[in-house]
Amino acid sequence: MKNIFVYCEITEEHRVADVSLELLSKGRKLASELGVALEAVVIGSQLKEAFEQLCYFGVSVIHYAENDNLFPYRTMLHAKLVQTLFEKEQPEIALFGATSVGRDLAPRIASALRCGLTADCTSLQIGDHTDERKKITYKKLLYQIRPAFGGNIIATIINPETRPQMATVREGVMKLEPQQVKNNPEFKKMDAGVITSVEEAVAIIHRHIEPPKINLKAAQILIAGGYGMGSKENFNILYELADLLGGEVGGTRAAVDAGFCDHERQIGQTGVTVRPKLYIACGISGAVQHRAGMDQSAKIISINTSPQAPINAIADYVVVGDVMKVIPKMIQSYKKQIK
Amino acid sequence: MNLKIVVLAKQVPDTRNVGKDAMKEDGTVNRGALPAIFNPDDLNALEMALEMKDRMRNVEVVVITMGPTRAADIIREAIFRGADKGYLLTDRKFAGSDTLATSYALFKAVQKINPDLIVCGLQAIDGDTAQVGPQIAEKLHIPQITYVEKLNDITENHMMLTRRLERGVETVKVNFPALITVHASANPCRPMHAKRLLKFKHAHTLSELQDQNRDYTDLFKEHPYLRIEEWNAESVEADESYLGLSGSPTKVKEIESVVLTQKESKRFTDKDQDVDQLMKELLETRVIG
Repeated sequence: MKNIFVYCEITEEHRVADVSLELLSKGRKLASELGVALEAVVIGSQLKEAFEQLCYFGVSVIHYAENDNLFPYRTMLHAKLVQTLFEKEQPEIALFGATSVGRDLAPRIASALRCGLTADCTSLQIGDHTDERKKITYKKLLYQIRPAFGGNIIATIINPETRPQMATVREGVMKLEPQQVKNNPEFKKMDAGVITSVEEAVAIIHRHIEPPKINLKAAQILIAGGYGMGSKENFNILYELADLLGGEVGGTRAAVDAGFCDHERQIGQTGVTVRPKLYIACGISGAVQHRAGMDQSAKIISINTSPQAPINAIADYVVVGDVMKVIPKMIQSYKKQIK
Repeated sequence: MNLKIVVLAKQVPDTRNVGKDAMKEDGTVNRGALPAIFNPDDLNALEMALEMKDRMRNVEVVVITMGPTRAADIIREAIFRGADKGYLLTDRKFAGSDTLATSYALFKAVQKINPDLIVCGLQAIDGDTAQVGPQIAEKLHIPQITYVEKLNDITENHMMLTRRLERGVETVKVNFPALITVHASANPCRPMHAKRLLKFKHAHTLSELQDQNRDYTDLFKEHPYLRIEEWNAESVEADESYLGLSGSPTKVKEIESVVLTQKESKRFTDKDQDVDQLMKELLETRVIG
């Protein structure tokens, strides 16, 4: 009772998805702060390897349902299992990855349980809240923190009355921190009860899933372009620099929306969160949603025509100038000095 | 066979292509510089509904939007592009709704029409939550198919749809009734139709005409199709305790402006020797190389 539950997504390779392991790592810290236990929810097929993985995250109970019809993920079947479980176990907090699975499942559960859900949190903390009007103090709530629309503001969202307090988090936002020592979780089988025709109304006919192509999270050097790059063609110079330095290319939401680069390269609150050794921000003004996904980079270089661009405030090096002039010079200078 | 489709659409501030003029010096978005537009994913949703109408006989496409009076703009736009009719769900009681309260209000409106299919955009660009669609489906106790990219087939009983996932695609078959949310990679919406533009140019809600002090009794009598009907909380029989702030389990505890603590950054110009100096320092400190 009153524990923290993490819905663990199963990948094509029948392993627990990184985003879920990241949430377990965060969940463990939140659980110890609240003095409660951490529990995992795993639904799928061929779960042996997933169970093994989950033994390194301080999980006290693994709630599982293992059946061939439970993989790949299907909304209605997973929702019924999770809803039934939550009604019985009354979690305090429930966390989901902000993926095509988590973003499909979590809102459905929140609606069924009539509880609050915050999407794409960039930080989760525990804290109190006093409602001045009602004169009630709520102890140890989950602060669901995310940038809010409209720019440089960070909103702290709470669910004072409803449980579980639900949140989704993108991959890479929380750190993946397995424990050295294996623990022995208790295994509890979940019960879906009778499956109705509505729950079987969707059939998967065909699937084609490719292995990931770009891994921004793993790149030590990232060259990121913003709307200020001006065009898709201008992004080529970024790929050239990335190849030279052994890095990857990312983009802001505005650059992706403008078609300058692919969606899987998006860095920021609704994209990937990265912590590279070096981050070169090219033509990026630095909206809070973007900074949320890169401000933990070890070194940041900003190249921008505007000396006042907000991103400059968090940069270690600021080059005031036109990206299309500066980057070729960097390439040339690097080649010259590396000789 | 008569297939009734409801398209749920939202009017949003255009946060895309936030260019230089739309950003203030402090990095915040200048809302005043952003026009109100038809939420982009909802246009993909409308297109998919219209494709269904192209492929089958007796399909009716009804648009519902929730918002202030001016949101009637996107109903007109939807009608110009091919929707049959629209309803504006508007009430002060909806103010402050989070996704759960929003989904409840829209659910009550959808229930009045009792469609076979509900088509929404995956998410709205002003919040990016993608929560309202699934929450409406749950309240209706019908299946949801999210991230839909393509309509492969539609018959009287079912649809074949392709979903766009992070690393690939998935094709599913679903029986009616159902709710689908459409991904931005789906077909773009067809343009406005000149004939429809002429015919429906003067389509308005009652409130719009009242605001303009125009006489509407004769207009709506002679051309009933020009009336965009307005619904409020009462007309969709919504329980007020589920609406607005009181119906929203999530509360905003605080809004904090981000004060950027200025790092001690080294400044360079774009001159050759400056760039050389920068690269030299990066190499010496082994950040690169």
